[in-house]
Amino acid sequence: MSAKKSADPILELKGVGKSFGNVVALRDVDIAVFPGQVTCVLGDNGAGKSTLIKILSGVHKASEGEFLISGQKTEFNSPRDAMSKGIATVFQDLATVPLMSVWRNFFLGNEPKKWWKPLGILDTKFAKETAKAELLNMGIDLRDTNQAIGTLSGGERQAVAIARAVYFGANVLILDEPTSALGVRQSGIVLKYILAARERGVAVIFITHNPHHAFLVGDHFYLLNRGRMIASFVREKVQLDELIQAMAGGAELDTLTHEISVIRQD
Amino acid sequence: MTAVKTDERVQRISLFTKALRRPELGALIGALVIFTVFAVVDTTGQFAQLQGAAGWTKFAAPIGIVSIFVALLMIAGEFDLSSGVMVGSAGLLLGNLISEANMGVWPAILTTLVFAAFVGLANGYLVIKTGLPSFIVTLATFFVLKGMNLAVTKLITGTVRVDGVDTGEGFETARSWFATKIEFGGASFQVSVIWWIGFTIFATWLLTRTTFGNWIFASGGDPNAARNAGVPVARTKITLFVLTSVAAALVGCMTLLELRGMQAGQGIGQEFYYIIAAAVGGTLLTGGAGSAIGASIGAIIMGFAAIGIPYALWDQDWVSTFLGVILFLAVLVNTWLSKQAKGARK
Repeated sequence: MSAKKSADPILELKGVGKSFGNVVALRDVDIAVFPGQVTCVLGDNGAGKSTLIKILSGVHKASEGEFLISGQKTEFNSPRDAMSKGIATVFQDLATVPLMSVWRNFFLGNEPKKWWKPLGILDTKFAKETAKAELLNMGIDLRDTNQAIGTLSGGERQAVAIARAVYFGANVLILDEPTSALGVRQSGIVLKYILAARERGVAVIFITHNPHHAFLVGDHFYLLNRGRMIASFVREKVQLDELIQAMAGGAELDTLTHEISVIRQD
Repeated sequence: MTAVKTDERVQRISLFTKALRRPELGALIGALVIFTVFAVVDTTGQFAQLQGAAGWTKFAAPIGIVSIFVALLMIAGEFDLSSGVMVGSAGLLLGNLISEANMGVWPAILTTLVFAAFVGLANGYLVIKTGLPSFIVTLATFFVLKGMNLAVTKLITGTVRVDGVDTGEGFETARSWFATKIEFGGASFQVSVIWWIGFTIFATWLLTRTTFGNWIFASGGDPNAARNAGVPVARTKITLFVLTSVAAALVGCMTLLELRGMQAGQGIGQEFYYIIAAAVGGTLLTGGAGSAIGASIGAIIMGFAAIGIPYALWDQDWVSTFLGVILFLAVLVNTWLSKQAKGARK
């Protein structure tokens, strides 16, 4: 399966929970994430996916449970903290600045400098060449990195954000619903880049509500519902049907099917 | 997708399209057209000569110096409506420091610039901390300063004017730096023109060749995405508020040194000239795009109008009307051009 499969998880959550006041958003979540594998977190709206992402990316602190990186207990105070530990998050719509060129976006926040560093003089030649080469590595062929990133398609923009995270040394890449706003073809592009990142040994956490997309690329599947982890599967032992069934809430779907059939009978 | 295969749907980018992508192109074409018109209707035979150039650059330089930084601030997504009145505040403060507090001219200039930096800092800090639109915050600063200019000047001098600065220590050397004339080809140019050109080059370099410039574009283009990428958006914006305020104060100092005095109402209304220059020069009012050269070209267009209209023996009262029409047309053309450059996507 994977080229760089490893026995030890790079990131692990043990019994993690999060409550906001008296609202319990997440309870008793166990996840293990391995390098060179795609870990899918599936869940419907309100299942707790956003809260989970925010804990993983350092925006929120978990109220309970343990957060382990390479077996070491860790706590993040900010997203920058998480980034410095090699955990990069690509947010759905908040990843790139549309009016800026591709190369400026690629290096945004991590600009390469030349001459005396504190002057902050951009090494534009290096930036343009590197952006082009790195994107090509991920299979994105742009003729001109000077073009505004807003002129690219949604899938390509996500791909640039992924390539950027991988280039800046992300060991763990968290993708927040990267395909949810995209059409079928565009989603396909993004799924290809997820696999490209996986081939480079990155641990990818793919958060989605689409079991079809998850099934295409995932190695591990975790299902969230109402703030709890209700099921987990590994690729070898699961069928798409099972995933869809579990995702839709199993028993809940049966009840719904029954109710609708009653209505349709008139 | 392979390296050699190019997507059949991507059209070749011609030099023409590349030129269209420059934000200052619309302003440049506009400037050439307006220059030609005024050169044709000119009755003095001087408009297109060096004497004419000395005239329109004298008008354009003080506007240009501030509008460059107003443009940078607008690219970062913020306005500064207090930039016009700051010209007056700075000049009046400098004048009072020299004539009333008997300060040397150079230390007084330094004090004035530091004062302006603090006003800019206050603008920026309040915008960031309160989350209120900068339009409102700096409009408030505008009126606070406008009142102070009048009230404090009357309180100190008993009139609405500050005078008697030319006896200050170091006045002539300061004047030679900020307000002298330079003879060139039989015409005398203001030294402020050199400052203006210098600031245009500096701001263009800052915007396109530095990390900070990258942050300016990002802060205005999409502050959330910028923050997610680790850009210090708040710091970038506050720095630009400070730079804008200091640039306005520098122009205030130049004006005082040149006129050897200042009225309490100086500078009020100038903020619109700065915003017009920036907008005519291709700076988006919503932030995220624009250029410093564009703002300077916008300022030159104003110089053309201010000199060209009297040279054509037209009624000078029409200058503002002319600028209003130019502003509208320029923004219309700029918007159309940027749509063309983006390949009409979205």
